[in-house]
Amino acid sequence: MKWITKLLTSSLGQKLIMSLTGIFLILFLIVHLVGNLQLLAHDNGESFNIYAAFMSHNPFIRVISIGLYAFILLHSIQGIALWLTNRKAKGGHSSKGKVAGADWSSRNMALLGVLIFAFLCIHMGDFWVKMRFTDSLPLVNYPGHEGAVEDIFSRVHVAFQNIWIVIIYVVGVIALAFHLVHGFQSAFQTLGLNHKKYTPLIKGIGWLYAILFPLGFAILPLYHYFNL
Amino acid sequence: MKELDGKVPPGPMAEKWEHYKSTIPLVSPNNKRRLDVIVVGTGLAGASAAATFGELGYNVKCFTFHDSPRRAHSIAAQGGINAAKNYQNDGDSVHRLFYDTIKGGDYRSREGNVHRLAEVSTAIIDQCVAQGVPFAREYGGLLENRSFGGVQVSRTFYARGQTGQQLLLGAYQALSRQISLGTVEMFNRHEMMDIVTIDGKARGIIARNLLTGKLERYGAHCVVLATGGYGNVYYLSTNAMGCNVSASWRAVRRGAYMANPCFTQIHPTCIPVSGDYQSKLTLMSESLRNDGRVWVPKNKADVEPIRSRKILPSSLKEEDRDYFLERRYPAFGNLVPRDVASRAAKMVCDDGFGVNGTGLAVFLDFDSAIMRYGKSDANAKGMHDADDATIRKFGEAKVAELYGNLFEMYEKITGENPYQTPMMIYPAIHYTMGGLWVDYNLETNIPGLFALGECNFSDHGANRLGASALMQGLADGYFVIPYTIGTFLANDIRTPRIDTNRDEFAASEKSVYDRMIQIMSVKGNQSVENFHRKLGHIMWNYCGMARNAEGLQKAISDVRALREEFYKDVFVPGTENEFNPELEKAYRVADFLEMGELIIRDALNRNESCGGHFREEYQTPEGEALRNDEEYTYVAAWEWTDTKTDPVLHKEELKFEAVELKTRSYK
Amino acid sequence: MKLTLHIWRQRSSKEKGSFETYAVTANEHMSFLEMLDVLNQELIEAKKEPVAFEHDCREGICGACSMVINGRPHGPVKGTTTCQVHMRHYKDGDHIWIEPFRAQSFPVIRDLVVDRSSFDRIIQSGGFISVNTGQAVDANSIPIEKDQAGEAMDAASCIGCGACVAACPNGSAMLFTAAKVSHLALMPQGAIENERRVQAMVEQMDKEGFGKCSNTYACEAECPKEISVLHIARLNRSYFKSMLTSK
Repeated sequence: MKWITKLLTSSLGQKLIMSLTGIFLILFLIVHLVGNLQLLAHDNGESFNIYAAFMSHNPFIRVISIGLYAFILLHSIQGIALWLTNRKAKGGHSSKGKVAGADWSSRNMALLGVLIFAFLCIHMGDFWVKMRFTDSLPLVNYPGHEGAVEDIFSRVHVAFQNIWIVIIYVVGVIALAFHLVHGFQSAFQTLGLNHKKYTPLIKGIGWLYAILFPLGFAILPLYHYFNL
Repeated sequence: MKELDGKVPPGPMAEKWEHYKSTIPLVSPNNKRRLDVIVVGTGLAGASAAATFGELGYNVKCFTFHDSPRRAHSIAAQGGINAAKNYQNDGDSVHRLFYDTIKGGDYRSREGNVHRLAEVSTAIIDQCVAQGVPFAREYGGLLENRSFGGVQVSRTFYARGQTGQQLLLGAYQALSRQISLGTVEMFNRHEMMDIVTIDGKARGIIARNLLTGKLERYGAHCVVLATGGYGNVYYLSTNAMGCNVSASWRAVRRGAYMANPCFTQIHPTCIPVSGDYQSKLTLMSESLRNDGRVWVPKNKADVEPIRSRKILPSSLKEEDRDYFLERRYPAFGNLVPRDVASRAAKMVCDDGFGVNGTGLAVFLDFDSAIMRYGKSDANAKGMHDADDATIRKFGEAKVAELYGNLFEMYEKITGENPYQTPMMIYPAIHYTMGGLWVDYNLETNIPGLFALGECNFSDHGANRLGASALMQGLADGYFVIPYTIGTFLANDIRTPRIDTNRDEFAASEKSVYDRMIQIMSVKGNQSVENFHRKLGHIMWNYCGMARNAEGLQKAISDVRALREEFYKDVFVPGTENEFNPELEKAYRVADFLEMGELIIRDALNRNESCGGHFREEYQTPEGEALRNDEEYTYVAAWEWTDTKTDPVLHKEELKFEAVELKTRSYK
Repeated sequence: MKLTLHIWRQRSSKEKGSFETYAVTANEHMSFLEMLDVLNQELIEAKKEPVAFEHDCREGICGACSMVINGRPHGPVKGTTTCQVHMRHYKDGDHIWIEPFRAQSFPVIRDLVVDRSSFDRIIQSGGFISVNTGQAVDANSIPIEKDQAGEAMDAASCIGCGACVAACPNGSAMLFTAAKVSHLALMPQGAIENERRVQAMVEQMDKEGFGKCSNTYACEAECPKEISVLHIARLNRSYFKSMLTSK
């Protein structure tokens, strides 16, 4: 099994970890947004609360979500480790001027990552901790649904009345957008999936994804703030 | 004066090498492990030799003054490498390559060596392909060829305009492999300062570690020099800034003979000089003459408007242009050998037809090639009545495919777009055919001291054909020296490792040190660059494309005066015990100041015109070179260990068995 | 034109360096290095230490010249080495900042001269085809598809200058390493030992302390031979495949 250590500690192996966890997180965002779009439903949170209950009690989802947390941590820790070694490799000097090629987001992935991580901490503390580890959320019953579920919808709605929370969310998803602009296609390049014919397509999808999904996430707090 | 023996083996020309190879004494593998070989230089010849010695099992120490073996100036060769593969089925053969090279060299090279070169040329291509050299290919996946000056077949293999780079990287990679295997110990940033001889045999070198300035001693059973040519004696040349004669010249000062130093090649297609600050000249590959047509205005009246671009070159009418190469040499046209093309360009410029501000440039025009290629491409696409603009578009695309990187380079340097206006070119020093005298084994007259590639004299006579330098460097390194070194080393298997504590090493190191101190302590007022530039002016003006006795006499005293001035007024900053590029330049220029004089003396001695050596006194009424086979069919090998006395001439008679001595004609 | 140069001066890797300012007069036909020659000539005449910089062929192929000009390795012209940059790209009164290639694996030797022997060691670790002189078969017995040979040539045109490392915000040598892996992998005669080669070269690259590629593509943008990051993808592919499938 020595080869696995050799693979995962090599520079390419470390990048592989970034790429695979990154792709997983990209996929997660799809599910996350699709589910959360139910926050836009005018049903006093019925569909969203039932969905949230399902997500937090289904054993399969629970296993997956543990994996998700692990991957977020792995992606973050590995990212910081790469940033530190790369800074050292550069020799501690920055040149007077700017190189061509490297766009802003590609040069600032670590900064963007830290911003996103900080946002995640707030985000999780706001909803997920309250939902999982406290009993502070009131229970509601819905006809046609067995048992009471926690009313996370109302909690979200209340939270998004606070302009500061809305700003934090909007800033968080903007950071996410820039992170994705580079990260999406970079994940494919790291895996070696670069081809003259297909890469423009990957890059195009990456751009679309990096704009549409953060936009989707940004709509949620704004929607509630402005009571649309 | 001594009669030198080239030691060419007996027998019919085509069988000499094959037969000789099987009679050279061998060194057994267990003895090879006990023998040390020093290789100085890592260009095509040095890197290929060092790698091959390593593969054979010798202990190799390899030296370069560069930061990496890959920077040697072989890297800059553009056009290609010749080989008698006859893949094009156009009548090529070993004999034809041999004949073309002898004729191209104006019958001043050694037949035996040249035939061997032609024989091994095919194996070089095989070897390079096996190493992964990405030569140009046809759609069927097989190798493509093109044509070069002085020949009527297509035998040149190429990798875009970067053939030298690709071949050198092949050799560098082979060398790197041996370094990783431990058979070759590589010394980067180490410059050879002296040869150490013990009992008359070359047994080591003194090298200067260029990072620390320390002198270091290295012993070996024999020493192989592959240190390139001396074109930089002219200051402005197509050579790299670091190219120098010092390794060869230090060998000369230890008793090695310098052969035919006046045979210097002037390449017709270089970008003209633009000003005094200029540090080097840039070559435009000879392959351009496959498609480019060389011309100047036919009428004096058009010269001035063309120079000031009041008339655009592209708009001058066909009948007002003088395609002087096509006019004078209808059989070979623009593809005459380099010496002929250069001289023709000089003549039209001397007559006042030069096309740039300095009057020292001619046009190289791709317009007809663009239209020709465009037409055939349009036809291939079924567009038989395409308009000129379309044809031009197709043609430019084809020309870009063939020469794109050269066109780009031209535009970068001159700021002019060669697709729209013809290139301007002028001859410049490019290669030196002369070099250390070696016998058939590539051994100099100092036993155990060998010379390969451009730094020896043997294969190109008085003029080298295009794409033959790469061929010779690799032939010497891969396929000749690995065999012929046996003639020396087989007798040395009982010689123990050379002890570098011996007096000879100490004495040599001291003389190197003293010489550096002598230069450092002048503390005058002029930079080394100044002296180099002045030397270049003398050499180019009196010993360049055209030479005469009077000028050469004057040049000797000018060079001597300059040399004296150097030791009185040169200023070298810094100290000798550190990284000091100015000091490196200084001791190299000091050697050029001696070598320059020898070149001039050789030119003065050779009362004939042949190849790159054109003496104005010896020419036909049409201005062609006039050889004197009666008196000068010999190699002039000069002995000059001490500049206080005059150099001594030794001769090696050149005997022609397989080729008949004829007046070279490309008409 | 009159220019103000801010040049990095540093005696050795052990000593600290700093920018010093010089005034120089140049004309538009000069190459960038010829402009520095002019400066050095003036410094020598004033009995001062000239600026050390690496250079040799001055025609863009040897890979010796290595300086960062206003933040860009080899200066402002795309696909061009420093020696081929001409002063017509500058104008009277310009300030030009000149520094060495910056990377931990390229220690400064003097001023603008750095030690790039780490590149040699990467090649020595496997950047070759293991064939001895004389073992070769006839050249035309290995046909190679024209476009593929062209792609190999694209990768092989690397001049080993190190601009990719200098350009990379991470000081990564991936483009250099990938170019060699890719060149040899694209030729049938080189594909044979591709697995071993790619592992050995990546290992050596890591050992030299180069940074880790994060796909910023600055290398491709600044490479004087415009070598594509497609080759880095090929290296990644080859590496993972070889690590996962080799015995």
